[in-house]
Amino acid sequence: MKTVVTFMLMAGLSLCLTISASAADLHLAVAANFTAPMEQLKPLFEKTTGHKLIISYGTVGKFYAQIKNGAPFELLISADDETPIRLEKDGLALPETRFTYAIGKLMLWSTKPGLVDAKGEVLKQAEFKRLAIASPKLAVYGAAGVEVMKKLGVYEQLQSKLVFGENISQTYQFVATANADLGFVALSQIYKNGRYAAGSHWQVPASLYPQIRQDAVLLTRGKDNPAGRALLTFLKAQETKKIIRSYGYDI
Amino acid sequence: MLLDPADLQAIWLTVRLAAIVTVILLLVGTPVAWWLARTHSWAKGPLGAMVALPLVLPPSVLGFYLLLAMGPNGPLGWLTTKLGVGPLPFTFWGLVLASVFYSLPFMVQPLQNSFEAIGERPLQVAATLGASPLNAFFTVALPLAKPGFLTASIMTFAHTVGEFGVVLMIGGNIPGVTRVASVQIYDHVEALEYGQAHRLAAVMLIFSFLVLLGMYAWKPRPQKG
Repeated sequence: MKTVVTFMLMAGLSLCLTISASAADLHLAVAANFTAPMEQLKPLFEKTTGHKLIISYGTVGKFYAQIKNGAPFELLISADDETPIRLEKDGLALPETRFTYAIGKLMLWSTKPGLVDAKGEVLKQAEFKRLAIASPKLAVYGAAGVEVMKKLGVYEQLQSKLVFGENISQTYQFVATANADLGFVALSQIYKNGRYAAGSHWQVPASLYPQIRQDAVLLTRGKDNPAGRALLTFLKAQETKKIIRSYGYDI
Repeated sequence: MLLDPADLQAIWLTVRLAAIVTVILLLVGTPVAWWLARTHSWAKGPLGAMVALPLVLPPSVLGFYLLLAMGPNGPLGWLTTKLGVGPLPFTFWGLVLASVFYSLPFMVQPLQNSFEAIGERPLQVAATLGASPLNAFFTVALPLAKPGFLTASIMTFAHTVGEFGVVLMIGGNIPGVTRVASVQIYDHVEALEYGQAHRLAAVMLIFSFLVLLGMYAWKPRPQKG
């Protein structure tokens, strides 16, 4: 009897050891607009692989500066494709691992019902006080919003009404708290499973702004972390793509 | 040119904001500090704690509450809209109001300390010589507390210049209106414009050092009351 117990203890112990040896922690930096889908994907990934994700959300420009200065990130889920390419050139990312995990969509959104019409005419009439937009210098969704206003020929006219969010999450917050009447946000922020957030919105036609290709890349620091490659594979899986699509991204 | 026009605009805006906040807090903070220094009321503890709150609260907490309170659906926003001013977030005066809260302890605490250091005696003497309390305050207490006023004003000014988190939460980063120097540096860094970030950051560093150096080097001898 005693030997059986000892054997079981030994077996249990060695099982624990194997799991802890193959399961790894992965530090990753994720663009703010991908927060909601990432939060849904995280437990799925952790459950299927046993790895653990330690996620920082923020602007990609800040992540770039931090990665250049030795931040412990092992994988970047970016809001653009320029930053991952730049990191490759700096020798801080592995080029063969980069791929587009989502294509972002730009929305004009207001919490006030009826303010934003289905054709975006609201921008031309300009009968509102403040329009929130992510800083065009820092965020691709901000740059896309400026491009839209320029294409519609309303940029000059609207300039005095613009307020700038530091990133797309803050822009969303300005609109959600009604401090700005309306704003350019990411579709993923106001859309889930075919339903839009309350208020009014206009999905900006893709012809009005350059495509927002969002790339992910494994960083040099994460080269030998099994969880890094596992997450890349996970992001490419059909099941994952279905979830990403449910937030309004193309892929 | 060392700094481009946008940077100069940010610096000028920052200086203007800090100067206005310092003046407002001199007017608001002095009576508060005087009361805190003199009172034996039970309310001294709670009020003192409230004044000190911005010292320990993360700026994000203050900024978050201010954004909600000053927004169109908040109590302050309701009030300013009723007064015909409109909601304050994303305006210069919104920043002024937020900074008044944020820098309050930097004005009140040094003043309170210097008022307490004067003690009861000089004022009692003034009273026996026939000075009214108000008269005694202006002719006796104010001159004696001069070093305290100087320290409080410099600390308030410098602390407002160094403000970042609250401005980021309620400012909306508008050039010439709410884009102060600290936010401008943050923008430069995020946009990978490290050269510009360095230059503006150096200006801030040198300014802050000189202010503190001036304050520590200039040690007035305590005047005898």
